[in-house]
Amino acid sequence: MSPTDRFIPDRLQSPLTRRVKSWETLLLAVAVAIFTFNAFASPYFLNAWNLSDATFNFTEKAMIAFAMALLIIAGEIDLSVASIVALASTAMGAAAQIGASPAVLVVIGLTVGLICGAFNGLLVTVMGLPSIVVTIGTMSLFRGISYIVLGDTAYGGYPAGFKFFGQGYVWWVISFELVAFAVLALAFGVLLHLTNFGRAVYAIGNNPVASLFSGLRVGRVKFILFLLTGLMAGVASVCLTSRLGSTRPSIGFGMELEVVTMVVLGGVNILGGSGTIPGVVIAAFIMGLVTFGLGLLNVPGIVMSIVIGALLIGVIALPRLWAMWRG
Amino acid sequence: MQPQPKAAAQSAILSLDAVTKEFPGVRALSEVSLTLYPGQVTALIGENGAGKSTVVKILTGIYQPDGGRILVEGKPVTLANAQAAAAHGITAIHQETVLFDELSVAENIFLGHAPRGRFGLIDTKAMVAQARDILTEIEAPIDPTTRLRDLSIASKHLVAIARALSIDARVVIMDEPTAALSHKEINELYDLVEKLKAQGKAILFISHKFDEIFRIADRYAVFRDGQFVGDGAIQDVTQGELVQMMVGRAVDQIFPKRSPRVGDEVLKVVGYDHPTEFADINFTLRRGEILGFYGLIGAGRSEVMQALYGITKPGKGAVRIDGQVRVIRSPADAVAHGIVYVPEDRGRQGAITALPIYQNVTLPSLHRTSRNGFLRLAHEFALARDYTARLDLRAASLETAVGNLSGGNQQKVVIAKWLATQPKVIILDEPTKGIDIGSKAAVHEFMAELAAQGLAVIMVSSEIPEVLGMSDRVIVMRQGRIVAELGKDEMTPETLVRRAAGIGETE
Repeated sequence: MSPTDRFIPDRLQSPLTRRVKSWETLLLAVAVAIFTFNAFASPYFLNAWNLSDATFNFTEKAMIAFAMALLIIAGEIDLSVASIVALASTAMGAAAQIGASPAVLVVIGLTVGLICGAFNGLLVTVMGLPSIVVTIGTMSLFRGISYIVLGDTAYGGYPAGFKFFGQGYVWWVISFELVAFAVLALAFGVLLHLTNFGRAVYAIGNNPVASLFSGLRVGRVKFILFLLTGLMAGVASVCLTSRLGSTRPSIGFGMELEVVTMVVLGGVNILGGSGTIPGVVIAAFIMGLVTFGLGLLNVPGIVMSIVIGALLIGVIALPRLWAMWRG
Repeated sequence: MQPQPKAAAQSAILSLDAVTKEFPGVRALSEVSLTLYPGQVTALIGENGAGKSTVVKILTGIYQPDGGRILVEGKPVTLANAQAAAAHGITAIHQETVLFDELSVAENIFLGHAPRGRFGLIDTKAMVAQARDILTEIEAPIDPTTRLRDLSIASKHLVAIARALSIDARVVIMDEPTAALSHKEINELYDLVEKLKAQGKAILFISHKFDEIFRIADRYAVFRDGQFVGDGAIQDVTQGELVQMMVGRAVDQIFPKRSPRVGDEVLKVVGYDHPTEFADINFTLRRGEILGFYGLIGAGRSEVMQALYGITKPGKGAVRIDGQVRVIRSPADAVAHGIVYVPEDRGRQGAITALPIYQNVTLPSLHRTSRNGFLRLAHEFALARDYTARLDLRAASLETAVGNLSGGNQQKVVIAKWLATQPKVIILDEPTKGIDIGSKAAVHEFMAELAAQGLAVIMVSSEIPEVLGMSDRVIVMRQGRIVAELGKDEMTPETLVRRAAGIGETE
């Protein structure tokens, strides 16, 4: 056995070639096409303030989508995120009624998110229940608590300083939410693509049994991902509550499906094992651009969701159709 | 369902004539012959890998032979699929019965050939009545309307047998039917076999247990390495002769020559017990030693290893590693203490086939290639290149997905993964099962090299030549217990088979 007579190269394809041929490149082309179409379709589109407003269509969902992407890559899912948003918002609203400061409100929002995530995580990793069932259950449970607390009423009267998270601007047209989106995108991108933890996420999503046999602490990694997803739902709840200025129990209703759509459109395999954060970021922009562009054209909301659905199926099916046609 | 008259013993009901079956790289059957007579039980005997299961699959239409003929009552037939086999009256009862838990007993018995009523709908009443007749005939106290899931394993076997009778089977294949049964249930099964014999059915009985072969078989046929070795009447043969036929071969594989330098004790297992899988497991392992674990499938070898590795929890018992008592609750703990495990099921447990080679190799070693939790790809590639080169891995690049490699090269990736963790003890579970001869030799050579470097190796193997060729010491397990520990000079194929099968020493 001489190690030198048969040399195995590290790579056959440079990382750059691989990137050019990737799903993300296709998505980016779609995003540019939509942007160009919108620019021609409406004279109001290419306006810095309008574009800035458009980012609110996706920033909060994208924050959750980053964590959800990791969770789905690891082979699990959390459908209770929108209900966590509602429960966290309700808790913040209740605290605001007794005069809590903005800082305390934020802590409450994030803590509720963490607790909900821990609850989901324990049920899945300790009890061994399937996450899709657990989180459909907690989806009803968490929002149900909000309905019990609020009924037909709403919480308002948030302190002035709390407005900044959803309505504030850091510089010119750059909102706090957009900055938070960018920072979180970077953080999750680094976590997934550059750390040992991220590698474990991919390994577990591809084969949880072999990952366990390889000495990974599979349960612990999954639990952390549920915690992170709950935390991000808490962050999104802070932003959304601040932006709306009030809490109704229906806040963020149906958001979980838009989050999952964003993740899948971003190229994450719904069965786990593959996907990237850059893909999810581009998918977030695509969904924001489509919603905003159609809004400028006075397309009603129900039609928008049809367009988003068609876009999702189209983008997912295109490569498959292409392969069939070629093959 | 009329009992057939007992035919003359000479007229074969089913025979294989020079049947050959090849798989990529392996010749599973090489011109084998097998003859079954009505009213007789023929025991098919052979080591694991001798080709018994392949014969069953050919007879039931799952595999097609690459050469030779299948004769039913002297006429050549083609068994293109399971239906064709059933049409010729051939049916099999497997180790794990292939039945449907959610259906009723009657539906299971008549699935695919239920009596039809008007409009082609299933005539449930007739089906239940016929099922009851068959169950009565075999004296099985089972209500045909019960759902199968509510039955015990033994009762499920009875249902499988009833199903076999419902298609008017002339040939019944029983593939280790007693493996999952209790003592009482086994006796009931023997009675049933006698009944089937009386009805003139030909029975092919596959078993590892010599006591039952001598109890119920009329004839025997021995296979070895996919070749027919011999057959005859059971009263003309002794256990010793059968064992000789099973194992008596020239060892054709070349194993690396070793001069083991056995060092200090590295692992000591004391009193490992598991409620169902194994009991009273005690052994020690020394540096530089290759310890073989031999036994039949289901003897509990893998279960012991997986308990040692933290996958399953033993009820009681303790482990000492380098003299320190260690608690291993998870594979992560085991790896941290220097114990690693190469599982038998490579695709499911060993490798993450969708990920590239280098990521598979570095997965348990990331803490060494990374800095502060951040990946360093250059270090990963270096580590992966180092260990895969030592194993003579063949691949297009280190970014190739492991799933695209041959079985032998996949195994090399799994072994490289563990060596990169610099373990103290490496457990290899059937390390060369299903891999080509060339890779086999590479794995053997490497095991020898590891032992020479002072690693302690545990090798679980069902291949006698491998056990004999590689081990310094062998532990034989049978029914969850250690039944023998043999030194280099005590190891012979005969002793291994005898101990594993529980054949008395005195014979």
